[in-house]
Amino acid sequence: MHLLNDLWFVLVAVLFIGFFFLEGFDFGVGMSTKLLARTDGERRVLINSIGPFWDANEVWLITAGGAMFAAFPNWYATLFSGYYTPFVFLLLALIGRGVAFEFRGKVKHEKWKKTWDWVIFLGSLLPPLLFGVVFAGLIKGLPIDAQMEMKAGLFDMVNGYTLVGGLTVVMLCLVHGLMFTTLRTVGDLQVRARKLGQMLLIPLGVLLAAFGIMTYTMTDVFEVRGGILAAVGVVGLIAFLLSGYFMKVKKDGWAFGMTGAVIVLSVASVFIGLFPRVMISSIDQAFNLTIDNAASGAYSLKVMTIVALTLLPFVLGYQIWSYFVFHKRVHEKEHLEY
Amino acid sequence: MDAVFLARLQFASTTIFHFIFVPISIGLALTIAIMQTMYVVKGKEEYRSMAKFWGKLFLINFAVGVVTGILQEFQFGMNWSNYSRFVGDVFGAPLAIEALLAFFLESTFIGLWIFGWDRLSKKVHLTCIWLVSIGTVMSAFWILLANSFMQRPVGFQIQNGRAEMNDFWALVTNGQLLVEFPHTVLAAFATGAFLITGISAYKLLKRQDVQFFKKSFHIAIIIGLISSVGVALWGHQQAQYLIHTQPMKMAASEALWGKSGDPAGWTVFATIDPKKQENGMEIQIPYLLSFLSYSKFSGEVKGMLELQAEYEATYGPGNYIPPVRTTFWSFRIMVGAGTLMILFGLYGTYLAWRKKLEQPNKWFMRLMVLGISLPFIGNTFGWIMTEIGRQPWTVFGLMRTEDSISPSVSAGEVLFSVIAFSTIYMILGIILVYLFIKVIRKGPYAPDDHHDEHAHDPFDKEEVKQHALT
Repeated sequence: MHLLNDLWFVLVAVLFIGFFFLEGFDFGVGMSTKLLARTDGERRVLINSIGPFWDANEVWLITAGGAMFAAFPNWYATLFSGYYTPFVFLLLALIGRGVAFEFRGKVKHEKWKKTWDWVIFLGSLLPPLLFGVVFAGLIKGLPIDAQMEMKAGLFDMVNGYTLVGGLTVVMLCLVHGLMFTTLRTVGDLQVRARKLGQMLLIPLGVLLAAFGIMTYTMTDVFEVRGGILAAVGVVGLIAFLLSGYFMKVKKDGWAFGMTGAVIVLSVASVFIGLFPRVMISSIDQAFNLTIDNAASGAYSLKVMTIVALTLLPFVLGYQIWSYFVFHKRVHEKEHLEY
Repeated sequence: MDAVFLARLQFASTTIFHFIFVPISIGLALTIAIMQTMYVVKGKEEYRSMAKFWGKLFLINFAVGVVTGILQEFQFGMNWSNYSRFVGDVFGAPLAIEALLAFFLESTFIGLWIFGWDRLSKKVHLTCIWLVSIGTVMSAFWILLANSFMQRPVGFQIQNGRAEMNDFWALVTNGQLLVEFPHTVLAAFATGAFLITGISAYKLLKRQDVQFFKKSFHIAIIIGLISSVGVALWGHQQAQYLIHTQPMKMAASEALWGKSGDPAGWTVFATIDPKKQENGMEIQIPYLLSFLSYSKFSGEVKGMLELQAEYEATYGPGNYIPPVRTTFWSFRIMVGAGTLMILFGLYGTYLAWRKKLEQPNKWFMRLMVLGISLPFIGNTFGWIMTEIGRQPWTVFGLMRTEDSISPSVSAGEVLFSVIAFSTIYMILGIILVYLFIKVIRKGPYAPDDHHDEHAHDPFDKEEVKQHALT
């Protein structure tokens, strides 16, 4: 039944990859409301460009959490209790951001709007930063004891390496969000989004390289999976360079696809580096959480596999359909009354 | 303050708060779906306006429900890691299925519904709101499946020092779930319905948009009445089920220390002394407890002292009596609220049926406005009774609350998060009420201030140009 443990590790990874790819761009768009938009109207356009999607995108995170809970209860328990305070901030950010989208336009008052604009900005900036810090911590190793309890101090969680990880994810989401904006808007906003995306490729490249080098020197993931990771890294580099090329020639769809590919490969490489561990103990290798000692029983995994493999095609189907519904009309000039 | 207390405080406060919005969402989604169906079938614009107007409240509420729900899922791992390790094998599955089956459905189709009024055909758009409604009900099913396991654990074996699932079907057909699910979902339908009747009554009293609110009242009061009666019927079923599966909870909700005697009377009021383990004064209705427990006018019900002795023999020494006063009074408040809902529903339906909403009976309409609170009181105290009455267990007979918390999390950390979340939740609550009042004041036919509407079309070039100008 070991196969199912592998499968669920892959599924959890896929759910997180889906989350970062999808919510990644709406985090980026959320940050762009301050960094790109100049007028209130532009801000409104940006927010509405993710309006129909952000909620469903966030469900990828909820599902990833649920899948982790169901398939690897010990992973879920150690990670969520171990990173207690960062997750409090993460939740506060997600709560604020979610209601801000809904509340912002409900009252016509400058201060009201400005307040929610800040909530949207910080609520879109903080989650990728915290996720980056947490995922970097996962591959670096954390003080996990024989009882699977993680008793981490502030500097176990937040240090140079994890901060670079956090900033990298922020920058990835921002550039990805800007590319999404080029696909969903017209005119000046679109042009500026493309330009800013191009400019930010340089710091993004620096951050990605720094994180790669630090990972090589400070963690054991290259010793464990050096071959695959090197291959993923090369493909990632190509995708990164191509995204720059496509931005330059204004093939926005392709550029968006390439920044998405960089996100997918980056998140995937974290999981590849971990496998077959799910959390690395910095105290003793024997205390590592793995896909075996953290997992649910074979029966539970089997049930969940049947359920997930039955439902996922439908979920993907209607989510893709929803993007199709709101994509088709991008250039149609019908006037719509609400 | 110790960590167990704080973790429980956090669970109670965040869950009660979350469960203000959840039943509104479930109830409003159904009612809006019905209204929109009438629009599609009858083709009358006013039904479309109804779906849109109540939809505004629904969306404001839904947002708060969603964001407070994320915390619920995280909370098990953050505050209750020992619990998560012990039951994750069984308990995690319904949470994951809830997300896969319900959350994706709700979130995707609500997006399609909000932004799809003019992009989708009438029927496809109608299907969207029905799928949202189905999603909310399915979500309730899976989370209540998880809760039912805590009330009556089934479909598992103890292996490797934890509860491992061995029969998924047993979880799905858990007797507890079969009574708890209809009871809770119908209560949610009633919550949405009474919100609509209350707001409509307020507008009718003010004589604003009379036609519109008369019709809304009419549709909602029928849903409210049917649901409230259903809530009571399945509540009765649940009590009978409780007698067998959690007799201690039943005895505590009756403040029944010794044997009840046969036939058993139902205690309306009692002064309870948990220290002496006896009641001072009691007012009883004869036969009623026998009837509630067994649907006949005879039969004895076990008291807490007897059950305590039994539990000690089974589970070892310890105190197995839950907080009696809280359980007893929560039960009565819930039943009281539910009874009033049925009465309000009956009289309201009568008025609507006799077409007497035009010149409303003022005192009754004022009562209907206050009646908005009844389902919330019923929901909240129902859950308090259910969860407090199960103490000292998190999973009945398997795991105690004090053993369930996260060993690696300090009381200080929990306190910090309790303060942080209560503050944010309080702010959210105030804003939500404020926005509700604003939408209600404006009414269904006030022109939308176009520049602020949620439902803007970002892809429309004309509109984008307009934005650039403003």
